[in-house]
Amino acid sequence: MVAPMLADKDRIFLNLYGRKGWQLEEARKRGAWNGTREMIGAGRDWIIQQVKDSGLRGRGGAGFPTGLKWSFMPKEVRERPHYLVVNADESEPGTCKDRDMMRHDPHLLIEGCLVASFAMQAHACYIYIRGEYVYEREVLEAAIKEAYEARLIGPDNVHGWDFDLYVHHGAGAYICGEETALLESLEGKKGQPRLKPPFPANAGLYGCPTTVNNVESIAVVPTILRRGAAWFAGFGRPNNTGTKVFCISGHVNKPCNVEEAMSIPLKTLLEDYCGGVRGGWGNLKAVIPGGSSVRMITAEMAEDALMDFDSLSALKSGLGTAGVIVMDKSTDLIRAIARLAYFYKHESCGQCTPCREGTGWMWRVLERMAVGEAEHREIDLLLEVAGQVEGHTICALGDAAAWPVQGLIWRFRHEIEERIDRYRLARPHVQGASLIAAE
Amino acid sequence: MRCLDGRIRTWGRCGPGDRDGDRGMAKIIVDDVEVDVPADYTLLQACEAAGAEIPRFCYHERLSIAGNCRMCLVEVKGAPKPVASCAQQVRDQRPGPNGEPPVVVTKSDKVKAARNGVMEFLLINHPLDCPICDQGGECDLQDQAMAYGRATSRYDENKRAVEEKFMGPLVKTVMTRCIQCTRCVRFATEVAGVPELGAIGRGEDMEITTYLEAALSSELSANVVDLCPVGALTSKPYAFNARPWELKKTETVDVMDALGSAIRIDARGPEVLRALPRVNEEINEEWLSDKSRHAVDGLRRQRLDRPYLRKDGKLAAVAWPEALGAFAQRLKGDPARIGAIAGDLVEAEAMKALLDLLRGLGVANTDCRQDGAAIGTSGQRGEYLFNTSIMGLEEADAILLVGTNPRVEAPVLNARIRKSWLQGALKLVGSVGEAVDLTYPAEVLGSGPATLEELAKGKGGFMKVFMEAERPVIIVGMGALARADGAAVLKLAAEIGMKAKVVREGWNGWNVLHTAAGRVAGLDMGFVPGPGGLATAAMLAPGALDTLILLGADEVAAPASTFTVYLGSHGDAGAQSADLILPVGAYTEIAGTWTNTEGRVQQGRRAIFPKGEAREGWAVFRAVSALAGSVLPYDSLEALRARLMADAPVFGGLDYAPGAATPLDLRLVGTAGQVERTPFASPVRDFYLTNPIARASEVMAQCSALAASRAATPALVAAE
Repeated sequence: MVAPMLADKDRIFLNLYGRKGWQLEEARKRGAWNGTREMIGAGRDWIIQQVKDSGLRGRGGAGFPTGLKWSFMPKEVRERPHYLVVNADESEPGTCKDRDMMRHDPHLLIEGCLVASFAMQAHACYIYIRGEYVYEREVLEAAIKEAYEARLIGPDNVHGWDFDLYVHHGAGAYICGEETALLESLEGKKGQPRLKPPFPANAGLYGCPTTVNNVESIAVVPTILRRGAAWFAGFGRPNNTGTKVFCISGHVNKPCNVEEAMSIPLKTLLEDYCGGVRGGWGNLKAVIPGGSSVRMITAEMAEDALMDFDSLSALKSGLGTAGVIVMDKSTDLIRAIARLAYFYKHESCGQCTPCREGTGWMWRVLERMAVGEAEHREIDLLLEVAGQVEGHTICALGDAAAWPVQGLIWRFRHEIEERIDRYRLARPHVQGASLIAAE
Repeated sequence: MRCLDGRIRTWGRCGPGDRDGDRGMAKIIVDDVEVDVPADYTLLQACEAAGAEIPRFCYHERLSIAGNCRMCLVEVKGAPKPVASCAQQVRDQRPGPNGEPPVVVTKSDKVKAARNGVMEFLLINHPLDCPICDQGGECDLQDQAMAYGRATSRYDENKRAVEEKFMGPLVKTVMTRCIQCTRCVRFATEVAGVPELGAIGRGEDMEITTYLEAALSSELSANVVDLCPVGALTSKPYAFNARPWELKKTETVDVMDALGSAIRIDARGPEVLRALPRVNEEINEEWLSDKSRHAVDGLRRQRLDRPYLRKDGKLAAVAWPEALGAFAQRLKGDPARIGAIAGDLVEAEAMKALLDLLRGLGVANTDCRQDGAAIGTSGQRGEYLFNTSIMGLEEADAILLVGTNPRVEAPVLNARIRKSWLQGALKLVGSVGEAVDLTYPAEVLGSGPATLEELAKGKGGFMKVFMEAERPVIIVGMGALARADGAAVLKLAAEIGMKAKVVREGWNGWNVLHTAAGRVAGLDMGFVPGPGGLATAAMLAPGALDTLILLGADEVAAPASTFTVYLGSHGDAGAQSADLILPVGAYTEIAGTWTNTEGRVQQGRRAIFPKGEAREGWAVFRAVSALAGSVLPYDSLEALRARLMADAPVFGGLDYAPGAATPLDLRLVGTAGQVERTPFASPVRDFYLTNPIARASEVMAQCSALAASRAATPALVAAE
């Protein structure tokens, strides 16, 4: 199954690699701000219907249909204003797509913000940008300034929809990428996820109806509207349509970001765009296909996995943010997952019990397992602890912390067992070493 | 969560655009039991209505919903994950495909596994120090671990340790035990209105602390001890004193302010070890002020335990017969030159016995208003009551405070006003008096009677709104009445009340906030100057009287030339200058009746016996009445109470606030007259030291010193 490469003419992000300028003039040459007035003139129902018809699913990880999300906003603006919030707190390990969009093609995002805000009757939009993205923020702010000066946005702009766009710089907490924690942070509070319901569409930022979308979800909207929902829906498989920016990192010869059609085979992605796995396909050990928060898949599963929501969730993994982490046979998987467990332990907000206590527990057990200093029965214990965290928390960070561990144990349990056995063999005189160590 | 206007709602929906206030009923099936509950019930409440028990730590009826402990997880048919039952409402649930009621399961294996999992997580980092933990025996975690915990731990790693935090003289912290339920944080932010508690750090490093580790600047701070479901926050004065099962628990009423909060006195042998709030929705809900809770150590110090008589200029301990003989001798003097002042904490029975004794002897000089408040003599009971009732404040939409600082005069009542503001019912608060932080926004309209004159003419933006309010409330404090021009100030306040029609069909917004627990009972029984009798100030004038009886009255200075008989429990100001001291029991040591500021008659019970040779007040007067030749016609408390009810029938209605039922004609309230320019000042200058028991308390002294240092050098305290 060999899919043809996506043609340049069908790419949305024409300056993903920053070979041209990000400035308004250059962006206009690439098509940005073209026909925006007509889109707005076509009305909000048309916009939402187009987005629905395009089959666009949220690009932030959960894959919720974007058009449907927009339609949850109240139809009429009452005494509470509506808000659009763009989630640019891209912190998922292995993911760097929003970053390139913001620093190389910011005008697509700005235009998307205007169009989406109009569709949801929001006069103000906040872009919550990750704390570490300092240069990206500078570019984005400069681009916004350009757009204000060209009266593309702002009060009394040429598009006839009063609209203000603000960039808010986060402080670098992973949890603030969770939409309700992001809203808390934006309100100036400690970034902790809120209980849902009420959902942000009902009570979001400052208690007002709010939609939170990923950068990519918003940035692709103007092009979808320009070229038509059918064009976008023509890529990929049903329910997994459109183009998508994939971020490939790890043990490939040429790690890169690339925009491709959804449902591209993983193998094609790695072979055609990344120069293949380091040492050849046969050297592949495992792939985490959707940012660190999904379960890893084995090389055999990667053989014919398609890069889309349904194919990967059928493999009990997920597309997530499409941050593909490739690991060849030199990788110590236990150590790798232990490192990820440390990340989740470090980034847990501490609000709810299973995540607060469970992430630390999992990390500590994994650290011992990476050395081999554990008991065989602890593998099942670890799996059980991951199950006790999964699905029991306020937000999805609990799931995100549990899934990598589950992926490791489900698919590479033998490695852990071997590690433990090897550790024991080297120390015949200290049977039960772990118990001693724990005391 | 916080809404656009900065208010916090107990439930996340804000504004009228949502389904707030829609209280339809909804059907729901819990464990095969179908129940009909209000649609805004949480699943947890619905489960309880259906008889299913739901464990919880973070959920508390009176606080906003945090949903963070995850102990209350239940299974909802159709939901992919277990649902925190405290955090979702019945109306949020989807009905079945054919409109069947939503189905909740609380006993499935999945739910059981989820709860056991959460319990295990809570325990892995909780220290196993129950034997030395003061929460032992009344610990939610301990109890629920018995039901949902494992027999052994599977956690082989080191447990987390957390540094202690300093939270003042009332709250002891052992933060390693904290399970981060944030009840204390929510209490401080929402109920107490001092957002000084919070969480710092993330993940397993999250710690609860006060801002810069200072004590909470709230009069309600010690309630966090009750709220804490584990032993992280415990009572500092009670630390390592007793186990709950050793204590004799007596349900009684509090006398530290005029609210009559419901309390439970826990005593072991002759000692009161702690006072805890009881639930009384109509008064204190389940809160208690720091003074009511922690002044009890004052019951152990400075006690009068035997009679004293001044001989040759020095007080000498004497036996009761000699003391009573001396007392009777004084009573045989000229009735016009005998007088009595009743103090703030005195129970109705003692006042009644003293009143009957003196009236029998022809004495008219009696007064229960040791601050000289100009109230209670017009014959209208409604004039001096808190007619709206404390619970009624939740319906008020506009409040005018006149010469009162409820935050220190009645902290629990102040919390009720704040609650009303948070819920959105209360829209406007104006205050004539000192500019203080009341924990809710209050517009300071002016400082003294001059402002009242303006308001009485209907001038100003405040009056414009106040006169249009549907449920307007005026609260007049002792700071406005306990002054020379009190009667004229009262008249002005009544005029404002008439202007705004605070008394109307089904609503009485005229309120007097008393500061003395014994005051209303005294006024009800007529413990005021009889015909031609002298009031407090006149009695205290040098040379006015030969004999002055101070019944627990410590806030007045008797002239040296007058022979002073002091009856009280503590060697405080009154006893210092007395010539004859007769020890009587404090409020925990007698069975007594107190009427709170609402006019609610409540009976307190004896928790421990009076110290030493101290007696109940009424019994002393009954004994001396025989010696003075005017025998009181009752020999028992029951007979005395019967007489009290016969003379003043209001004492017959127990535990009942008359509220709007009390007839009141505001035209008859107060006396027109010249008012002074001096600003109003609350009579409570130091919240922690308002009465003899509190002044004897070491804990209250520490609190007072802390508050004083905070007031003197706010910047320095913050920097520490």
